[in-house]
Formats: sequence, structure tokens, C-alpha cells
Amino acid sequence: MDPASAKLIGAGLAAIGTGAAAIGVGNLFGQFLQGAMRNPSAADGQFANLIFGFAVTEALGIFALVIGLLLMFAL
Amino acid sequence: MPDPIHQFDIHPIVPIKFGSWDLSFTNSSAFMALAVLLIAGFFMVSLRTRSLVPTRLQSLAEIAHEFVASMLRNSVGREGMRFFPFVFTLFIFIFACNMLGMIPGAFTVTSHLIVTAALAAIVFLTVLVVGFTKNGLSFLRLFVPEGVPIYVLPLVTVIEVISFLSRPISHSVRLFANMLAGHITLKVFGGFVVMLLGAGSFAALAPLPLLLAIALTALEVLVAFLQAYVFTMLTCIYLNDALHPGH
Repeated sequence: MDPASAKLIGAGLAAIGTGAAAIGVGNLFGQFLQGAMRNPSAADGQFANLIFGFAVTEALGIFALVIGLLLMFAL
Repeated sequence: MPDPIHQFDIHPIVPIKFGSWDLSFTNSSAFMALAVLLIAGFFMVSLRTRSLVPTRLQSLAEIAHEFVASMLRNSVGREGMRFFPFVFTLFIFIFACNMLGMIPGAFTVTSHLIVTAALAAIVFLTVLVVGFTKNGLSFLRLFVPEGVPIYVLPLVTVIEVISFLSRPISHSVRLFANMLAGHITLKVFGGFVVMLLGAGSFAALAPLPLLLAIALTALEVLVAFLQAYVFTMLTCIYLNDALHPGH
């Protein structure tokens, strides 16, 4: 297999990692909503933690995207 | 298909060579200087009157101050407030650079790994220096968490050291990757609009990627603020580890 097509296949495989990040983010917001339904008055206090957790989880999915971009454009 | 990657090219505006070092004033430097000028100008103008009951512009500056101050106070406590100038500078600089990149045709300073890696390296070095000067060798208690059974302790310590050393990597790559991916996506969808307009009979479909590009721009403005907030929040957490090791 020549390197050019291997790069394209690798980039496609790397993009699958973004799906895993989507599962993590959905889990996070789902748990937050479940907790907010049980204890609505405590929900606003934890909103900052929710947003922080979302950004940190999303970062891992974007790491996978960066590997794909690296393969496509930089290597 | 227009290339989404050439928007990140660096062009020297004033070439400066110092021996074999290239210290040119580039478009990246120009946007960093612009960000600093805008920040300094905003704070000088809004805090000029210094009234006890703030004017609208002064209350913007006070909201920004209180936002970062409460973040730092909640993470580190009272003695962490001596790092407030550093943390506030980080937040405001990253926020301004991210937002300047949202202007069409502008250059996003933080979309280069070297910029975010320099910022993350400064944070990491600060944590190490402060941790060792304030705690001495008991700073290494950070890697030995309490309540761990003795037979698994060596493994946990190794894992803790590796995750500590990987902090500057994830800290820098998170901001870099978010900015890079966001701007590439915007460029790609902009390219779709132009391609559809030039495809004759499909020109009627051109508003669809345009609407998506508008929604993505709104998302990218949110991400610009969010990534500055997350970078600063993690800085506060790492500083807490330096000042109070072993949780």
C-alpha cells in the first residue's frame, strides 16, 4: 500500500475517535439533567462544573480530529 | 476545493534576523500586539473614572475581574490570590486572541501549537517552581495519594507521575486543537457555499451551507470564550496542586 492512500485510510480511522467523545459528552449532560430533575435548586451551582467537564471531554475528541488533520495535511 | 489550511500560514511583515535566528515581526506578532493594545486600551478607558458605583463600561471590567477572581479563590483559596495577575492575564489574553480570530480574514494567534505550548509551559514551570520552593521535597506527596493499599502504591505512583508530566501536553493541545478545528470547519463550509454557487443548477442549494456556517460561527464564538475559561480553570487547579500538594 503506498503511503498516500495509507494516510487517507489512517485519517478516516482517526475520525472515529470523535464518536467516542460524543458518547462521553452525552453521558455528562444526561447525568447532569438527571441530577437536575431530582434537585433543581442545586443545579445552577453545578453548571460551571458541567461546562468545564464538557470542555475537557470534548478536548479528547478533538485530539483524535487533530491526528486525522495531521495525517491529511502535515505528514 | 479551496485549501482550508493556508489560513494558518505565517508571513513576516518586518524581517529581522539575529545571526541564524529569525525574529521577524510576523502576522502572528501583529495580532498578538493588537490583542494587547485592545486589552490595555479597554481597561485604561473603562477604569479611568474609578467611581464607586460603576458606569456601564467600568462594570464590564469589574465583571471580568470578579469572574477570574472567584474562579481562583474557589480553586486555591486566599493565598492563591497572589497569582491573580498571572491568571487574569492568561484568561484575558487567550480570550482576546481567540475572539480576534473570529473576525473574517483575521489570523488566530492561538491556532498555532507553539503559542499554546509556550503558555502551557509557563504554567507548568510556575507550578514546579512554586511547588518546590513552597513545599520543598514534600511537594512529591502529590504523587502518593492517601488511602491507597500498599501493594498497589508503586503502580499508582508511576501512573500519577506520568499523568502529571502529560499535563502541559493536554493543556496546550486542547486550546490549539479547538481553535484549529474550528477555523478549518468554518473555512470548509465557506468553501462549500462558493462551490455550490459556481455549480450552475445547484446554486439554489447554496444558502444551506451558509446557514450552517452562520450557526458554526456562533458556536465558535462560544468555544472562544469556553476554551479561555477552561485553560484558566485548569491553571487554577494546577496552582492548587502546587500550593497544597496531597489534596
